[in-house]
Amino acid sequence: MSPSAAPSKKKVVLVTKFAVRDHEMVPDHVLLTPEEGVEVLKAFNIVAPQLPKIHINDPAAKEIGAKVGDIIKIVRKSTTAKHSVFYRLVID
Amino acid sequence: MSLSEKDILEKLEGIDLPPSIKEAMQMGLKGVEVSSKQLDEIVSQVSSDYQHSRVEPCEAVGVVAAQSIGEPGTQMTMRTFHYAGVAEINVTLGLPRLIEIVDARKIPSTPTMTIKLNQDYAHDRDLAREVAWAIESSSILHLGSIATDLAEMNVIIELNPSALEQRKITAEEVATRLKEETGLPVDQKENLLVMAPEEPSYRELLQLVEKIKRLSLKGVEGIKRVVIRKEGDEYILYTEGSSLKRVMQFDGVDPDRIKTNNINEIGEVLGIEAARNAIINEATDTLREQGLSVDVRHIMLVADIMTVDGELKQIGRHGVSGEKASVLARAAFEVTVNHILDAAIRGDVDDLKGVTENVIVGQPIQLGTGDVTLVASKR
Repeated sequence: MSPSAAPSKKKVVLVTKFAVRDHEMVPDHVLLTPEEGVEVLKAFNIVAPQLPKIHINDPAAKEIGAKVGDIIKIVRKSTTAKHSVFYRLVID
Repeated sequence: MSLSEKDILEKLEGIDLPPSIKEAMQMGLKGVEVSSKQLDEIVSQVSSDYQHSRVEPCEAVGVVAAQSIGEPGTQMTMRTFHYAGVAEINVTLGLPRLIEIVDARKIPSTPTMTIKLNQDYAHDRDLAREVAWAIESSSILHLGSIATDLAEMNVIIELNPSALEQRKITAEEVATRLKEETGLPVDQKENLLVMAPEEPSYRELLQLVEKIKRLSLKGVEGIKRVVIRKEGDEYILYTEGSSLKRVMQFDGVDPDRIKTNNINEIGEVLGIEAARNAIINEATDTLREQGLSVDVRHIMLVADIMTVDGELKQIGRHGVSGEKASVLARAAFEVTVNHILDAAIRGDVDDLKGVTENVIVGQPIQLGTGDVTLVASKR
């Protein structure tokens, strides 16, 4: 009964765990650096709270390790434009 | 002098147009001899056409979307139950389904999943059936019969050996499951199980029977039925009942292609962006099934507004319409008195920026010609 036995077993479960990003309905989520975020806001001439939101515990946001205040770039597959870019602000 | 394909590609890379249009231009220019000047002309023509086709700023896209979805909606059947496949699983379709989607209901009236299998399982009927049996929830009624003996004050369960074999569960497993769930001792003799309630009363006895009947002995709780269908060259499972998170973990199930018609469940398991896609897919499928075609852009707008805040909001009193900034716009929608009364108590201010509130007070709305103001410079 070594204490290390249990965590290693848990790790196996984590590895085989399904990744949300692989699902066909989930578009690519890219975490932007603060500098990139500022650039996006400048391009649209808005402040961060005016962006659409995404929750911090959203499975897709969680997977890329987003923190509150980060901006996530989402590259959606679109039937009209092939792919379109969308931004969401991570909120609590 | 004509340009090479590479030059054209480079030129197209740099211009600000949607990828689909660029691709179409690239296809059109393939093998065509164009000079640099001609290409510039083509690009400028396409760009100006594209600019023309765009929605103008301040256009009331919401109203256009509402009418574009609403009008075909009047032609939809009021109550349709369609059987997916050959009289197998029924799913709500038509107008009730469309309403369900925009209402962002927690649980749809007929939850179903479409389970695609991974490469090793998808082409083998026996393997597909094995997955189906593993997922389908089995209750005691599937496995045998249950009866009460009022003289002995006990419950007698008689298991059917062929049903046990088909569902790949043994009498011992059934006995242990029952013991776990009820906390009562189970007396097992081959395929005959006998259980007695803690206290020998009729009420307890009947309650025990009900409880045993409801128990899911094997499979995923809530998956009442699984149907296998062959589509193309792969076998696909359709279920009655939905439990995305648990079904994903089964061997043979392809977790990347599994689908459910429960949009809230998708939001929880796969995130808000997947939920947005689900709204678009479900709404277009519902409309298409009725032979109606609505431009996706209208549906995309609805899906966007339902998901902007990072959570699924319904179009209605408890969602989008109920959260409008303007008091008058909210009052014009539903529960008029409450909104005006609350606004009066709080001392709310209406900025009269939207359409509804300006119509109410009788001034031009800020759209089209109402949006422009003339500014003259003083001499």
